[in-house]
Amino acid sequence: MGMFDPLKGFGVTFSTMFKKVVTEQYPEDYYPTAPRYHGRHQLNRHPDGLEKCVGCELCAWACPADAIFVEGGDNTEEARYSPGERYGLDYQINYLRCIGCGLCIEACPTRSLTMVNFYELADDDRQKLIYTKEDLMAPLLPGMEQPPHPMRLGESEQDYYVHGPELARGRGVPSGETVETSVEEAIQ
Amino acid sequence: MTMAPEETETEVPEGHVKLIVDGEEVIAPKGELLIRTAERLGTVIPRFCDHPLLDPAGACRQCLVEVEMGGRPMPKPQASCTMTVADGMVVKTQRTSPVADKAQQGVMELLLINHPLDCPVCDKGGECPLQNQAMAHGRASSRFVDTKRTFPKPLPISSQVLLDRERCVLCQRCTRFSAQIAGDPFIELLERGVHQQVGTAETAAVFSGTPAPEPSDMASKTSSGAPFQSYFSGNTIQICPVGALTSAAYRFRSRPFDLVSSPSVCEHCSSGCAERTDFRRGKVMRRLAGDDPDVNEEWICDKGRFAFRYAAASDRIRKPLVRDAKTGELVETSWTEALRVAADALSKARDARGAAVLTGGRLTVEDAYAYSKFARIALRTNDIDFRARAHSAEELDFLAGVVGTTPDHVSFAAIERAPTVLCVAIEPEDEAPIVFLRLRKAALKHSTKVVHVGQWTTSSVRKTNGELLACEPGGEAAALDGIAQHAKDLDAGLAEAGAVILLGERAAEVVGLFSAVQRLAERTGAKVAWIPRRAGERGALEAGAAPTLLPGGAAVSDADARAALESAWRLDAGVLPSSPGRDTTGILWAAATGDLDALVVGGIDPDDLPDPALARKALAAAGFVLSMEMRPSAVTEHADVVLPIATVDEKSGRFLNWEGRPRPFTVTLEGTNALPDCRVLDTLAVEMDADLFTQTPQASFADFERAVSAGRSVVRETNGSGTAEHSRPHAGESNGNGKLKLATWRQLIDEGSLQAGEPHLAGTARTAVVRLSAATARDHGIEPGEHATVSTERGELTLPAEIADLPDGVVWVPARSPVSIRTALGVGHGGAVSLSGGTA
Ligand code: SF4
Ligand code: SF4
Ligand code: SF4
Ligand code: SF4
Ligand code: FES
Repeated sequence: MGMFDPLKGFGVTFSTMFKKVVTEQYPEDYYPTAPRYHGRHQLNRHPDGLEKCVGCELCAWACPADAIFVEGGDNTEEARYSPGERYGLDYQINYLRCIGCGLCIEACPTRSLTMVNFYELADDDRQKLIYTKEDLMAPLLPGMEQPPHPMRLGESEQDYYVHGPELARGRGVPSGETVETSVEEAIQ
Repeated sequence: MTMAPEETETEVPEGHVKLIVDGEEVIAPKGELLIRTAERLGTVIPRFCDHPLLDPAGACRQCLVEVEMGGRPMPKPQASCTMTVADGMVVKTQRTSPVADKAQQGVMELLLINHPLDCPVCDKGGECPLQNQAMAHGRASSRFVDTKRTFPKPLPISSQVLLDRERCVLCQRCTRFSAQIAGDPFIELLERGVHQQVGTAETAAVFSGTPAPEPSDMASKTSSGAPFQSYFSGNTIQICPVGALTSAAYRFRSRPFDLVSSPSVCEHCSSGCAERTDFRRGKVMRRLAGDDPDVNEEWICDKGRFAFRYAAASDRIRKPLVRDAKTGELVETSWTEALRVAADALSKARDARGAAVLTGGRLTVEDAYAYSKFARIALRTNDIDFRARAHSAEELDFLAGVVGTTPDHVSFAAIERAPTVLCVAIEPEDEAPIVFLRLRKAALKHSTKVVHVGQWTTSSVRKTNGELLACEPGGEAAALDGIAQHAKDLDAGLAEAGAVILLGERAAEVVGLFSAVQRLAERTGAKVAWIPRRAGERGALEAGAAPTLLPGGAAVSDADARAALESAWRLDAGVLPSSPGRDTTGILWAAATGDLDALVVGGIDPDDLPDPALARKALAAAGFVLSMEMRPSAVTEHADVVLPIATVDEKSGRFLNWEGRPRPFTVTLEGTNALPDCRVLDTLAVEMDADLFTQTPQASFADFERAVSAGRSVVRETNGSGTAEHSRPHAGESNGNGKLKLATWRQLIDEGSLQAGEPHLAGTARTAVVRLSAATARDHGIEPGEHATVSTERGELTLPAEIADLPDGVVWVPARSPVSIRTALGVGHGGAVSLSGGTA
């Protein structure tokens, strides 16, 4: 063992002292994730504000962690929440169970359910980690109206599914912006 | 039905044929359908229209297989659900034949051409034969690129069934069910070619484009324009292989994977249907028909299917209530406190003028037994009666002979096989719907002759191809006695082996009817079956919840039987009360006049009782009323203590159906903390220093069996069989100045307390009308379609008038319309009423 050996170990330490720091000062600073990070879920809206969720429970079925609870409801002429017959009456995701796998997103037939990048899903209260429909619903963007209200973009749900994007332009959603996913800042 | 795959030379038994299915040699009974033969071999051929209980239709063509006869292949694939087995046939299913497989895929592609992409919003999704079979026997992609045919949807064809024509695969299961099983005009195949659809006259008018009319316009009409009032339409929802017929009550409530299914037994009538109860997160979502070939086959009535919401009602009583002495209000309290108050009051009443028990008709055997034992050892009385309806002493004598009979006596199968069935004082469709379905099956399939002793050609008479033996209400006994002279062919029919007489609860309102039935049965040799209306009556009878009968059916006056029971119950000799108790009316009368100090009341609606006014007076006058209830009722209004009890979903137990067949069921909803009656009574009895040993339904049943076998070990005293002269039951007491006779019974769907909270079911109830003959209407100046008023000194009832083939001088009114006829008029079946033209 040479006489400088004890100091050699500090070499790494000394050299690192003069490099750029990689530690992130969370939570003082907020750092964005990779764009396709699996964060919190969001229930999207049609361009007129009607909900995309049809309460089909396919997301709940797909979920390997049994984190989702859905119960469907019947749209009436007086109270319409989604185009067509059926809407999601009750929607809950339990973030104590969710493993962020995204299988629910793949299962959703209407692209109602997507994930945003928000990742601060921790709390000291279990109850607060069961997100309800109000917590998960996408914010109302310009041109959108809080349901219940009649179908504004067509006669039937077919119009919404077949011509959705064009109809959205007509409602003033700027081109280049998707109607499904809102801007990330809206969540913060 | 044997198959012998190994042996090369198998003997073909008589009435069987030998064929080859997928290379395997099979012996099959003659007449078996290929689709079933394949099923026995474990090969499931895809199908939509095939249903084992419906006649083959060959409508969907999904079950195609390749068939070779006598060495020559048939030119095209054949439908295996319509073709029967034949000797030397060679059958190749999709398993071994690419031709059959391709044919099935082709049919599937055609079926899907116009099928909507509705799975996410379709109630059948997850349990859909079309989904499943399209995955198993369909192609992954469709070649169809054009626009699909669409219809407006969903259309209500009744308040409980919704039709979506886009999803229909035209299998005709629903139309065949309506025609062959229920006999109700429901929906039919309409139009031709690409426009072919199922529906009613109203739905056909709603073709693409036109806006849907108001649902209320359509909900009540069938294709013939008659009002839609089937008691069995829920079955079409269950057998529809796609989501074309869905339930309004279950609409979008859950998916099959959310549901936990538990086998259960219907609590609504004495048929004892097997059911499946599906619940989600502690709440029952739906009930489906179970499969029990001995009882209900695969059908249930709509009451059994839809009437379960009462159990989840928001006003369920969940905690014991005690009436506050100062405010007079019922207040929630602890079990300990409520039981102490009840035990003190009942002990005091027992030691003074006595306490009596009215159990009601909805109990399991276990619970009824607990009431029976509670009355005898805690209250030391025989004042107990399960009959919360019109009753008579004569009936009690007759019932002593019913105790202990099993399906070996008369069963559903016996009804189906019977050459002749005589229905006396029973309207099977209203009172025992599954008995009605069997009668109809017997009449249609086995040409059973069905004769109804009644007042008019009801739908039960029509749909069982029946014959009406018309008589005045109250004249049923005379009509039976007249059979020997006036209906010789019926007399001969009843003398044939296997002939059956069915007797309903209304018999108790007709003086001398039980003895007339017994005379007829003795003379002809026909077997008599008593078919009560409610699920708990037969079990309560067996459990001895009657004033003259001990558990097992021995008479209370029989000293040997009492001694045997005392030793089985480990009591001191001679402690059981020996004098026969009072019946329901006797108990109420005694309570109203102060001869009784306390009443213990199970599930009873005073409006069902022969004299509701007397019942109300008794409840008000009794010093202490203990009510064992699930929800607030007319009894809890007067109760001093209310103890909450479990519904059938929350407890285990068994009903005894009219055949005497035990119908056990287990707990569906675990962990509700609701206690069955037997447990509550057990604890209450302990407070009164008596041990019932009925802590759980299991314990109660074991104790019941001990008591019954103890009773069997002694010779039973012969019970009077209608020898005594019986006075007219209180209910029929006429008020003298009436000119017409009243016929009445309860319809299946009415205001019964177990049907609460289900508007979709209530929507298919039959409209309440006054029925009378054309001559009677003319005499009283009533035009058909107008209203008629039926009245007595007590009150009056105005309903639309309808002409039917009643005897002159007779009017028929449903027993609930929706007011109880006994409350409104104070009379029952056979009572005297006056009639006048009423105002609308
Ligand atoms: S991300 Fe995965 S675990 Fe989370 S809710 Fe969706 S399916 Fe379930
Ligand atoms: S989020 Fe999508 S998959 Fe889930 S219930 Fe709604 S529509 Fe169905
Ligand atoms: S009937 Fe079956 S295949 Fe058709 S939409 Fe409904 S679930 Fe899908
Ligand atoms: S409605 Fe259902 S049961 Fe009736 S024909 Fe259509 S698919 Fe068959
Ligand atoms: S199942 Fe054979 S034709 Fe429909």
